[in-house]
Amino acid sequence: MERKSAKELRVIAEGIRLVTLQTLASFGAGHIGGAMSIVETLAVLYGCELRCDPSNPQWEGRDRLVLSKGHAGPALYATLSLKGFFPKEMLSELNKGGGRLPSHCDRNKTPGVDMTTGSLGQGISAAIGMALGNRMNGSDSITYLIMGDGECNEGQVWEGAMFAAHHKLDNLIAFVDCNKQQLDGYTKDVLDMGDIGEKFKAFGWFVQKVDGHDTGAILDAVEAAKAHKGSPSVIILDTIKGYGTFAAGLENNHHMSLSKEQIEDAVREVTARLEEAKALAESEREVLSNV
Amino acid sequence: MFKVREKLEKSAKMMREAYCETLMALAEENKDIVALDADLVSSSGMKPFFKKFPERAINVGIAEANMIGIAAGLSAVGKIPFAHSFGCFASRKTCDQVMISAAYAKLNVKILGSDPGVTATYNGGTHMPFEDVGVLRSIPEITIIEMTDPVMVADIVRQVAGIYGVHYLRMARKNVTAIYEEGSTFEIGKGNILRDGKDVTIIASGIMVAEALRAADMLKEERIMARVVDMFTIKPVDVELVERCARETRAIVTAENHNIYGGLGSAVSEAVCATHPVPVEMVGVKDRFGQVGTEDWLKKEYGLTAEEIVAAVKRVLPRKKRGILPI
Repeated sequence: MERKSAKELRVIAEGIRLVTLQTLASFGAGHIGGAMSIVETLAVLYGCELRCDPSNPQWEGRDRLVLSKGHAGPALYATLSLKGFFPKEMLSELNKGGGRLPSHCDRNKTPGVDMTTGSLGQGISAAIGMALGNRMNGSDSITYLIMGDGECNEGQVWEGAMFAAHHKLDNLIAFVDCNKQQLDGYTKDVLDMGDIGEKFKAFGWFVQKVDGHDTGAILDAVEAAKAHKGSPSVIILDTIKGYGTFAAGLENNHHMSLSKEQIEDAVREVTARLEEAKALAESEREVLSNV
Repeated sequence: MFKVREKLEKSAKMMREAYCETLMALAEENKDIVALDADLVSSSGMKPFFKKFPERAINVGIAEANMIGIAAGLSAVGKIPFAHSFGCFASRKTCDQVMISAAYAKLNVKILGSDPGVTATYNGGTHMPFEDVGVLRSIPEITIIEMTDPVMVADIVRQVAGIYGVHYLRMARKNVTAIYEEGSTFEIGKGNILRDGKDVTIIASGIMVAEALRAADMLKEERIMARVVDMFTIKPVDVELVERCARETRAIVTAENHNIYGGLGSAVSEAVCATHPVPVEMVGVKDRFGQVGTEDWLKKEYGLTAEEIVAAVKRVLPRKKRGILPI
């Protein structure tokens, strides 16, 4: 896939944020906080890093993504729709009975979703199985995994962390979305995980820490993780829960009801940022073409 | 087609030997067969497999939940994983992973739960699963099979490798009473009538099948003709056969090496109630925890014997005569 600049990826990120908002608005409530904090990561993955074919979601040679924090599904649905896995109209099926977009990711319902998640802690094991199986199959496919920082409370995460390092799964690239909040409050108050990156390092992982809303920094980290051999990689994303919307900075932003006014204001704000990002990317292109 | 042995005696082969041999033969034929264990390779008898196919044998360490998740992920990229732990851990410690990562995700995961019930002997109460079937039976779309003897192990393991979905295989590890002639084959989802009779049907699974046959012999001396069914597929239970037995013998006794709540007795009772209500008596563990002891001592302690089955038959027959009759 063609490498994109940080500015181009910024455009994709704001596009995903806008569509995620519209998707949540169609239902009137949802996990806005944790969806917004992974938008830049999804933009980097689907913008230029994750190998996939929207016309053939089950293509064997694809890279996989396990969105272990399955409640952030709406952000992934927006991304998959923008990528062309399914038409935008389908996004209004979010949480509708019989629909294809449940609140938590389901590999059997949504084209492009690789694993069923929602019971926190389980995604890492499934991702390990995929990475291990692909290695057995001689495939060069990479398995990406996105976990939450609150999710790291789960013991299964650390069972998986030990296993992946022991088996030197360098085709596994994980992210921990450290947005510092979980359902009941701030992670440091509910169950202080300390320095999650240091913990993974102690388990034998290649650890990088980046600003999780800086598309360029995420892109560089993914490239470095791909180049790294001999151990699994984790990229610790320093993020803000609800980033880029009214939900940022609020205490109870894990799952929220969204008023019409809130949505309208947020859509206006994100649209303005999207236009700004487009202009910046455009001027970058002009500069480059004049070099 | 199956054939019942004429004489009841201990199997020449251990169950785990049959399991390992079968899986090795399958692995020779199919590169996608993968074995997983959670630090019980020596117990499961899978050392030869791990030695011969090191690249397809994964010891995850003492981490059963992770093992089931990894098995699910492996199957998502085309592998056919067989994951083993003792039945207590393969069910209780992995319940949510079996539910979400395997069953709900509609993946292809085979789970071997060994040492069911009293066969856990000296490992005692912590390791004695009287509840594994109950824990897993309420998860949709899972197939639960209790393998009766090494001949059945060889056929069932081969079959489930070729059937997509989640299978829980319950298996005693060591020698058991050999029931079937070599080369017998079995139909998953169909119970086997091992002996016919008109007065009562004894529906059993696992180590209780041999006890049921012994009970039928004892009853015959009193001119009570008992039908004996090996209901090795506990889920989905063979509703058609249960109904037929209820109609034809009008009384049923179940016999299981498991708590009477949630296991074979419950499954058969549900089928009886839904099709052709007749009296049912259950032989099994009466809502108790396990403890240490020899298998024989434990069988007596928990009432898992032919004598208990005979007593249950004698309780159920008067109920039948009292006129709790089918519609």
